[in-house]
Amino acid sequence: MKLLAFGKIAEIIGKQEIEIENFPNTDILVGYLQQQYPALKDLKFSIAIDKKQVNGNVSITTGAEVALLPPFSGG
Amino acid sequence: MDRFERQYILPGFGPASQQKLRKTSVLIIGAGGLGCPALLYLSAAGIGKIGIIDGDLVSLSNLNRQVLFGKEDLGKNKAESAAEIIQKKYDDIEVEAIPYFLTKENILGIIQNYDLILDGSDNFPTRYLVNDACLIAGKPLVFGAIYQHEGQVAIFNAKGPHSINYRDLYPIPPSAREVPNCNEIGVLGVLPGIIGTWMAAECIKYLTGYGDSLEDKMLFYDLLNHNSYQVQLAKNQDSNQSRPKNHSELQEMDYQDFCGLSTQTDWEAALSFLKNANQSVLVDVREHGEQPELDDVEHLQIPLADLPNSRSQLASFQNILLFCQSGSRSLKAVDMLKSQFPDKNIQSVEGGIIRYFGDLK
Repeated sequence: MKLLAFGKIAEIIGKQEIEIENFPNTDILVGYLQQQYPALKDLKFSIAIDKKQVNGNVSITTGAEVALLPPFSGG
Repeated sequence: MDRFERQYILPGFGPASQQKLRKTSVLIIGAGGLGCPALLYLSAAGIGKIGIIDGDLVSLSNLNRQVLFGKEDLGKNKAESAAEIIQKKYDDIEVEAIPYFLTKENILGIIQNYDLILDGSDNFPTRYLVNDACLIAGKPLVFGAIYQHEGQVAIFNAKGPHSINYRDLYPIPPSAREVPNCNEIGVLGVLPGIIGTWMAAECIKYLTGYGDSLEDKMLFYDLLNHNSYQVQLAKNQDSNQSRPKNHSELQEMDYQDFCGLSTQTDWEAALSFLKNANQSVLVDVREHGEQPELDDVEHLQIPLADLPNSRSQLASFQNILLFCQSGSRSLKAVDMLKSQFPDKNIQSVEGGIIRYFGDLK
């Protein structure tokens, strides 16, 4: 699956786009990412699968595109 | 011919759309990096009435992106300066300057006078306040925000409670320290120029029905590679949890606290914060000569009564930690400074200097 990251999340992961193995659902994906990148634990973000925002724990189909969307405040 | 001819001859736009703009009022929150370009284009497009609210003063470091202002505007209120500049350019629209910051006390009274709200503010407490007030008042909200080289734009609350609002996306606010703003980490002026212009475009499209607006969608943009990414937003059952639903609930909200900006801290946290965070300062707000003195930590001394005149000394710091003898004057000082610097992290150190020598020494 493809993982897209924005803002500070991309900074922490070091890339805006990475290919990773498939994860069955968003909770497991986020848990894995937090383990790989502990700084993510302190961040709030929303998740989109194939460009649609999802809430709660949602299953991820094989080959889906998952985007991690942090809030920005600057103006 | 009039000054709008080039847009009403546009196929799909037409005189009827121009008429709609003429009859519409838009409130621009913040005459900053986003608000300046939005204001320029909305006034040029012929929005009938534009309000500009901002309690901040123009400073030198604003000028790379707040393109309405120049050297002669330094030290002037942003809303008043912006209104004057726009009114001079166009005498056929109404421009209202509101030269103070939005608060939970004044926001509902202000936004009820406008059809559409454009949020170009620069901090999370204000963003949640604006979102919640727009929901209570039933006002559509054009949202835009930036972070380093990226931006996001959306239209919230376009059709009342069934529409998406900011809390559907972020029901739990990030702490202000989690996401620094451009005062802290910098920004190229063109990025808010682009995002603010997109916000103006979304206002015009939403008001006239021209094209597809970003209603219930969020558009992400990256200046470095011109990547954009559009996400369809979805209702979130968590969004109502701590949202004020009416005027009196709004008055009970503490948006600073809600966004993790509590007004008090202890010495241990304050000292470690000073060590680790850039642009931080410790300030003694006691009178000169009060004992004991804090002699082993770098700090400024600005007595409480002088705080209102100390803007220039403090403006460059993002984190301001205040202490006094026992912690009560410094709490007052937090309130005084918050009204001058709503986007800064300002905290009083509990127990003051007495606690410092009592606990740590």
